[in-house]
Amino acid sequence: MSDDHVYMTLAEGHEDDTRWAYGTGFEDPLHGVDTTVPDGVDAAELAALCVALGDDALVSAQRLAEWTTRAPELEEEVALANIGLDLLGQARLLYSRAGQADGTERGEDAYAYFRDPDDFRNVTLAELPGGDFAFSMARLLVLSSWRLAHFQGLTASSDPVLAAIAAKGVKELTYHRQYAAEWVIRLGDGTEESHRRMRAGLRQVTAYLGELFDAYEARDEVLAVLRQIADVAGLALPEMTPGDEGPGRQGRHTDHLAPLLTELQSVARAHPEATW
Amino acid sequence: MTGEKRDWPLYEVFVRGKRGLNHVHVGSLHAADDRMALTHARDLYTRRNEGVSIWVVRSEHIAASTRDEKDPFFAPSADKVYRHPTFYDIPDDVPHI
Repeated sequence: MSDDHVYMTLAEGHEDDTRWAYGTGFEDPLHGVDTTVPDGVDAAELAALCVALGDDALVSAQRLAEWTTRAPELEEEVALANIGLDLLGQARLLYSRAGQADGTERGEDAYAYFRDPDDFRNVTLAELPGGDFAFSMARLLVLSSWRLAHFQGLTASSDPVLAAIAAKGVKELTYHRQYAAEWVIRLGDGTEESHRRMRAGLRQVTAYLGELFDAYEARDEVLAVLRQIADVAGLALPEMTPGDEGPGRQGRHTDHLAPLLTELQSVARAHPEATW
Repeated sequence: MTGEKRDWPLYEVFVRGKRGLNHVHVGSLHAADDRMALTHARDLYTRRNEGVSIWVVRSEHIAASTRDEKDPFFAPSADKVYRHPTFYDIPDDVPHI
């Protein structure tokens, strides 16, 4: 390979995979993991958990993707798309695992594209409309902190596939949380206007904390993180007031989920036999 | 987009690849401060598994030679063949030269 462009030379030397467009040196998160559901694992329970966590990721990824061409800065747009794609990757692995566990052998597309809103089990917070950038950062901070705690717990899962998916996700979620935290601090500690918006965003998302902790109890850990960041940002963490929506884990959703899914699923449903 | 973005200073980004020995210049970006420049660099320039280390530096902190100086800077070395160590006979038993 020529060294005409220094950036290209970075891709050299990663074994036999130097196809630039596809990246280099990728690792398969499930490499060497036995995908049969082990004895002692409740397969239906495992499938339900994988679907719920996959739905959280898929719906969040779609909301993050909505920032594309709309983000305040080009650099942030790429960052938000990256985070969305990390979550989409988690959803794909989780749906595939669900299909193996529930015995239907359905592929990931069946879960993402051919279920209706009532069948989705994502938490309500994930489906709320985008709002402003401050709200999006507050939501990303809360969801990634909670999901990180959840995934850390799942690295010890008795299902080795779910444990491997969680281990991969922990690294991604750690960055998502850090990215969101830096923006919450920057906006909270910024101008009068950014502070006002950040405070409003934080208040809006705290109403949904209860639903998160009902789905997975990580109250102490998540609240400690939020308090620490709110402190640095000069924001008071609002009291948790239970919202009157959801819970999404039981399939009770706001009116915002259906249009999101309609858009997400439109191409796949128009061309059900298509492959990509 | 407001005009405020252009108040963000320009940064130059250097990335060291997995097997690379040194950081190489890969491009530039705008960021409000050093920390944001690092996260932007991570998101813009290492998303295809290129890097293991990132340096960012404010572009204005780089002192660069100018085009006008090209001749006085570089032309004089063009005919100094004696600066290349090619006037020696290297013994066969000396390796790595």
